Amino acid sequence: MTQEIKLEEIFQSRIDNGEKIEPKDWMPEKYRKTHIRQISQHAHSEIVGMLPEGNWITRAPSLKRKCCLLAKVQDEAGHGLYLYSAAETLGITRDEMTEQLLSGKAKYSSIFNYPTLSWADIGAIGWLVDGAAIINQVMLTRTSFGPYARAMVRICKEESFHQRQGYEIMLGLAQGTQAQKDMAQDALNRFWWPSLMMFGPRDEDSPNTAQSMKWKIKRKTNDELRQQFIDITAPQADYLGLTIPDPALKWNEERGHYDYGEIDWEEFWQVVKGNGPCNKERIDARQKAWDDGEWVRDAAMAYANKKAANRNESKTGS
Amino acid sequence: MKDQLYKYLLLLGDNSMILGHRLSELCGHGPNLETDIALTNISLDLFGQVRSYFKYAATLKEGETEDSIAFLRFERDYYNTILVEQPNKDFAHVIVRQFLFDAYHKPLLEQLMNSKDETISAIAHKSIKESKYHLRFSSEWVKRLGDGTEISHQKTQNAFNTLMPYIEELFIETPLELAMKNEGIGADLNLVKASFDKTMSDVLPSANIETSDIKLRKTNGKSGFHSEYLGFILTELQYMQRAYPDMSW
Ligand SMILES: [Fe+2]
Ligand SMILES: [Fe+2]
Ligand SMILES: [Fe+2]
Repeated sequence: MTQEIKLEEIFQSRIDNGEKIEPKDWMPEKYRKTHIRQISQHAHSEIVGMLPEGNWITRAPSLKRKCCLLAKVQDEAGHGLYLYSAAETLGITRDEMTEQLLSGKAKYSSIFNYPTLSWADIGAIGWLVDGAAIINQVMLTRTSFGPYARAMVRICKEESFHQRQGYEIMLGLAQGTQAQKDMAQDALNRFWWPSLMMFGPRDEDSPNTAQSMKWKIKRKTNDELRQQFIDITAPQADYLGLTIPDPALKWNEERGHYDYGEIDWEEFWQVVKGNGPCNKERIDARQKAWDDGEWVRDAAMAYANKKAANRNESKTGS
Repeated sequence: MKDQLYKYLLLLGDNSMILGHRLSELCGHGPNLETDIALTNISLDLFGQVRSYFKYAATLKEGETEDSIAFLRFERDYYNTILVEQPNKDFAHVIVRQFLFDAYHKPLLEQLMNSKDETISAIAHKSIKESKYHLRFSSEWVKRLGDGTEISHQKTQNAFNTLMPYIEELFIETPLELAMKNEGIGADLNLVKASFDKTMSDVLPSANIETSDIKLRKTNGKSGFHSEYLGFILTELQYMQRAYPDMSW
């Protein structure tokens, strides 16, 4: 018991000193569990996030845009891959994590439960959703768990590329015909509020924040990050000539920040609970890929085993 | 001559585009992340080739751009083969379609590397590395599935039974291909066929796949006569360009 307390003290002081915790190091069980949960949910978000954007690959309006979108969605698969690997260092397998996603035990970012209804949504997602993700993830590049922090460094570079690409799509639309401008405005109208929800509940409704700060999973609160996002994004919308769908949005000279209107937290919790517009479609799509892929994964395994057996045989034979 | 070269570039580009489109449908739906990434990669390589061919073609015809060529033709003016239109029925079909195409595409590019047309030769030089990688990927998977489990073997054999019949047209020289060959611009399909056959005899036995009983089918996508699938592919592919004409993206 005292031994355990001592270990925890040493552990915390390592984090306080800015040391990275590596998978083989001693860590409190709660630290391990929290990281498995957070990293796997982050990985699931990357993978589920492929679906709304993938929805427009076959209909992309030009060859160049199609290639950019394919490359982007492929990057997200790569992000999922690094993150699953980072979580695996804590003693869980990718298959177990997948099962948790499919059973609903593990969550993913709610933003991906909204549909992509026009090409402009691809621009809006890159601009707003990747933009919001970067704000969270830049913070995570300095988190205490080494594999997670390192994955984030790699991922953040690509996310900022996605963000610029998304903004560039929006810019093209904003400078285009009236139909294109309308499409862009409509996408902003639908994605603005869900993007703000990506930072999670208000600070007073976010009981884990203190512990997360201690472990450096978080360095700023949800509301601080949300404010940062709004402050960056509002002038960008102005530059595009688009209107953010919030009449209360206004620069506050005194605070040095934008004021903004109340988020619909009822909607937020409904989507988290599985009642968003596309929750079922997203999980069904992942379930189908998983089920359809089963015989393929089995075949690959059987083939690898045969090859290994052949190699062993030829070794003992010689 | 210029007209024929233009059409020949479309023929080369259309195979890559329609196959790239089929693969792009799978992005986010693969049997695992690694294959999802690999198939998307192949799709991206193919679309990269398409852009090179169509950009070049656009210089040969007044008023065309890579996008007008890609998106604004009528169905009969696409020259891809029927093989690449075939749907992603299951992963075995995806792999076998890829394997049959790669086994044709790689030797085709090897010949185009020596094309008298410098741009085609340059595109082929760039694409050959990609095509070699694609063939390695698809052959490995044919072996893995063919020699994996009983189920995977059956599915793979079925995919060959369905798709192999479409290879015939790959090697039947159209008047356009004949003219291009005679100009020293296009490939000699007899040589492509010899290489294709060698790939089959190298790979299929280790995958336990039997193809000797499969009857080939008469198809002529290369002259614009397609399967019923192409119309639906084009409906998606062309949607934005048709719904929002003359806009830039
Ligand atoms: Fe990502
Ligand atoms: Fe992310
Ligand atoms: Fe991204």
